[in-house]
Amino acid sequence: MAVVFEKPKALADITFHYCPGCTHGIIHRIVCEVIDEMGIEGDTIGVCPVGCSVMAYDYFNCDMIEAPHGRAPAVATGVKRANPDKFVFTYQGDGDLAAIGTAETVHSATRGENIVVIFVNNTTYGMTGGQMAPTTLPGQITQTTPYGRDTSVQGFPIKVCEMLSTLDGTALAQRVAVDSVPHVREAKKAVRKAFENQKNKLGFSIVEVLSTCPTNWGMSPVDSLKRLKEEMIPYYPLGVYKDKTAKEDNQQ
Amino acid sequence: MERNLMKGNEAIAEAALRTGCKCFFGYPITPQTEISAYLSKKMPKEGGVFLQAESEIAAINMVLGASASGVRVMTSSSSPGISLKAEGISYIAGSDLPCVIINVQRGGPGLGGIQPSQADYWQATKAIGHGDFHVLVYAPCSVQEMVDTVTKAFDMADSYRMPVIILADGLLGQMMEPVTFPEKKTELPEKPWATNGHGNKRKHNIINSLYLQPDALENSVKNRFERYEELKANHAQAEAYLYEDADIIVAAYGATARIAKSAVNLARESGIKAGLFRPVTLWPFPVKEINEACKNAHTVLCCEMSMGQMIDDVKLALNCSKPVGFFGRTGGIIPKPSEILEEIKKTGGNA
Repeated sequence: MAVVFEKPKALADITFHYCPGCTHGIIHRIVCEVIDEMGIEGDTIGVCPVGCSVMAYDYFNCDMIEAPHGRAPAVATGVKRANPDKFVFTYQGDGDLAAIGTAETVHSATRGENIVVIFVNNTTYGMTGGQMAPTTLPGQITQTTPYGRDTSVQGFPIKVCEMLSTLDGTALAQRVAVDSVPHVREAKKAVRKAFENQKNKLGFSIVEVLSTCPTNWGMSPVDSLKRLKEEMIPYYPLGVYKDKTAKEDNQQ
Repeated sequence: MERNLMKGNEAIAEAALRTGCKCFFGYPITPQTEISAYLSKKMPKEGGVFLQAESEIAAINMVLGASASGVRVMTSSSSPGISLKAEGISYIAGSDLPCVIINVQRGGPGLGGIQPSQADYWQATKAIGHGDFHVLVYAPCSVQEMVDTVTKAFDMADSYRMPVIILADGLLGQMMEPVTFPEKKTELPEKPWATNGHGNKRKHNIINSLYLQPDALENSVKNRFERYEELKANHAQAEAYLYEDADIIVAAYGATARIAKSAVNLARESGIKAGLFRPVTLWPFPVKEINEACKNAHTVLCCEMSMGQMIDDVKLALNCSKPVGFFGRTGGIIPKPSEILEEIKKTGGNA
């Protein structure tokens, strides 16, 4: 019988700790499929964050480092500068990347650090039980915004791809989602492009993946995907915010 | 061998290059900036990596990454900057990674001042970050000794897979003295644990400090403390001067030890049998060595550029067997030999 689908080799064959319905699994798989397709597992070093994906070091079969909270891009910078011919990626959530690690994110991007950043945005701090994240939507109820995020008190969400697209060192800033099969396919293409950029030494590539958190949103997995589509995508429009390869094509 | 007249900070930088330091990540802060300036000129030409980070926090985490991937790496800063690195140092220790960290101390607390100080003794030896761990701390007292210590620090960091701190101060960093350097190291230790790509030849390596199971965490901490015991037994270092017949021993480290030595000589000239004890490692504190140096003394005088921090370890090491007096200047003021001599006379005279 023909094999039409199988677990990527770069993904470890163990049970994830993620909650039922969480989309981290899809995103891990996408990253690993790209690593397999490019045949780079032996040359890849992944850096995982503090947050739900803190234990991702057990899930990827390439060499892995667990970074302090928010510092994954700095850790990745150290690895990449010491080993410029290896592939280095970080896998970070919204609290990690866009709150405590904002400086590391922005400066890695503006340096044009030749790394890939997989940024999982689910609008909440999942690991600690669903507090307000820098990406929590206006009005969204979380453990620390029990009356809903009031922008006059808690300010506005950060739109990471839009912000990083203003920096000259950013090679790719693309927002994707994993709420439907077409979007998952699009997400994989974006991750592939990010790794190809690294291979071609183009600079900093970030793929922001809109994701769900059924547990902390208090929703079923299906309703969570619905919320992603109906509430998150309108606030965080999908698309390519910066793409140096596209620019080069245009110039040609 | 060729001798060069060099500033302390620059000598540290050159010594790091000779010891095979491949990467340096730092952030500008007085009075250690010459280290960065020197390395930014030299490292790119020698195939190394010099990168000015956006913050002390980023710098120490770049150190973590480079160290995890198997290369020799260093960062340097001064007191307030070291506070910012605290988180990263704890992670580096918890991940069993080697690195060398220079602290060219200045006065504190807060922004403090930019003049020499030894007010970070407690920080370096007791609480350089959260959690149950130590770092190896060296306290050189001359430009030549800083060079020799850098070489040793990289070797010890690799052997014990732990961060090593060189606790200097603004005086040592800024002064010029003649130095000789060792030949450039070409053979460096293998690091089979490094995360630099498994090349499809081995299982993946993981660098991590997270252990959610308490017994697993306890085991990892206990294993580390077993290595610390080995360090304590074999690598505590000190120097003692005119101690055999001394009635009073002055205990001082780093730049203060040099001033104390002058005071001891002055005391001898005026007929007081004074001696000097200088710890070279501050952690582990040379317990056996201080007891040997103080065996015939009836009293000890601890001198520091602080309000008195090392004095705690001196008392602990002597197990309160002798009175320990204290003299210190702080805030960036360097004690004079004559001031220390006065204290020797006061303390020694009372006994």
